[in-house]
Amino acid sequence: MRPALRRWVFLAGAAGLVAFYLWGLSGLPGFGNYPGPYGPAILRIAVAQTHATGVVSAVNFEYRGFDTVGEEFILFTAAAGTAIVLRMLRGERERPPADEARDRDVPPTSGAVRTVALMFTGPVVVAGWWLASHAQANPSGGFQGGVVLATAFILIYLAGEFLTFRRLSPTAIADAVEAAGAGGFAAIGLAAVCLGLPYLDNFLPLGQIPGAVSSSGTIALISFFVGLEVAAAFILIVSELLEQTLLIRHGGG
Amino acid sequence: MSAAVVTPYTVPAGLMDTLQVTVLVLVAAGAAAVVLTRRLVRQVLVLGAYGIMLAVLFLTFQAPDVTLSALTVGAVALPIIVLLAASKTRKKEE
Amino acid sequence: MQVFPFIVVAWIAGVGLYGIVTSRNLIHQIVCLIVVQSSTYVLLLGVGYVTGAVAPYYYDVPVRTPAVDPVVQALALTDVVVEAAVTALLLSVAIQAHKRFGTLDPHELAEFKG
Repeated sequence: MRPALRRWVFLAGAAGLVAFYLWGLSGLPGFGNYPGPYGPAILRIAVAQTHATGVVSAVNFEYRGFDTVGEEFILFTAAAGTAIVLRMLRGERERPPADEARDRDVPPTSGAVRTVALMFTGPVVVAGWWLASHAQANPSGGFQGGVVLATAFILIYLAGEFLTFRRLSPTAIADAVEAAGAGGFAAIGLAAVCLGLPYLDNFLPLGQIPGAVSSSGTIALISFFVGLEVAAAFILIVSELLEQTLLIRHGGG
Repeated sequence: MSAAVVTPYTVPAGLMDTLQVTVLVLVAAGAAAVVLTRRLVRQVLVLGAYGIMLAVLFLTFQAPDVTLSALTVGAVALPIIVLLAASKTRKKEE
Repeated sequence: MQVFPFIVVAWIAGVGLYGIVTSRNLIHQIVCLIVVQSSTYVLLLGVGYVTGAVAPYYYDVPVRTPAVDPVVQALALTDVVVEAAVTALLLSVAIQAHKRFGTLDPHELAEFKG
């Protein structure tokens, strides 16, 4: 199908889609007039029931915890899938990255980039750890804390130290941490089953003060495991892609 | 569901509306810019800027959690993986 | 202002779809897919918004303050992180396709059988 014809077919289809969308939009209550009973119902009881002042995390890890288990395993599967798809094919070998610069002038990493990147690695790790362990109080949570933790490792690569990055996050350790995170989340749910409660029920003591670090039972624990898992998944993905870009070469040359 | 309680974070309704409309227009323009940029390296940079604007939009929708996620993912993780894939496929062509 | 955010959602989705349909490069197509996915986040958060309400965090405001809907925020939150991982999977498939067939053009790739 030629490009111009393809464009006209798309515009015709899009016009039909927009017509249906506007027809559906007329039934919505308008921006800002949220009518639904679900939101206010949860807001009314969440803090008293779970002693967590961060209602979004309470919804994520308690009221809809089963959804979050599913999402976390999507992440796990995607990281595993990336590792499988980017495996070394027949006819490829791994080369040390020094050979790659023979016919091309690779500028060395500037001193400013190295300094700033290495300087910020420590604070970023602390920030990610804080985010992952304070889900019940602030706008923090396992997911964003995990991504920030992974960013700290990427900073090491950006400082020009690819081999250090590889040494600090070997695939075996990242695999193990990711499995521990995902398995820990599922295990907490199973522990509730072993105690005779429904899966993922909140069985740990809830604490006195809503929003304190030790409050809200399993929410804080689950969020920490999720943070570990997300960080390890992203580190795995980025290191797989980096290996492909920098190390794997085709042919026997 | 009208807000009768005044908190330290309450802003006059007109001001909030203006802010949201402005950021929505910026996000729409950013989306068009990402799609219309054909060179891959430039598109990655525009994607990073689009991620930051999206995060600001989520902030004006009173969703700080989603802002944190969108900021770290959309401005850091996504551009890096797209850039790595782009550089891997470009190298083979030369 | 009543429907403007939803119009913007339709615009972003439409622009992203246009990019996917008329693209000549697999990686450019994947970035346009990211744009289409981001339109769904705006839709989710736009549905749950309450005029004049605060964010659903009761750390420093009294517990009875009207707040926006927390359920859609929880959905959008996990969505954003998972989308990045799925994009990585798509990119790795694109890399292997490039290695195998030597081209990233979807029109040429469509002609290969098997």
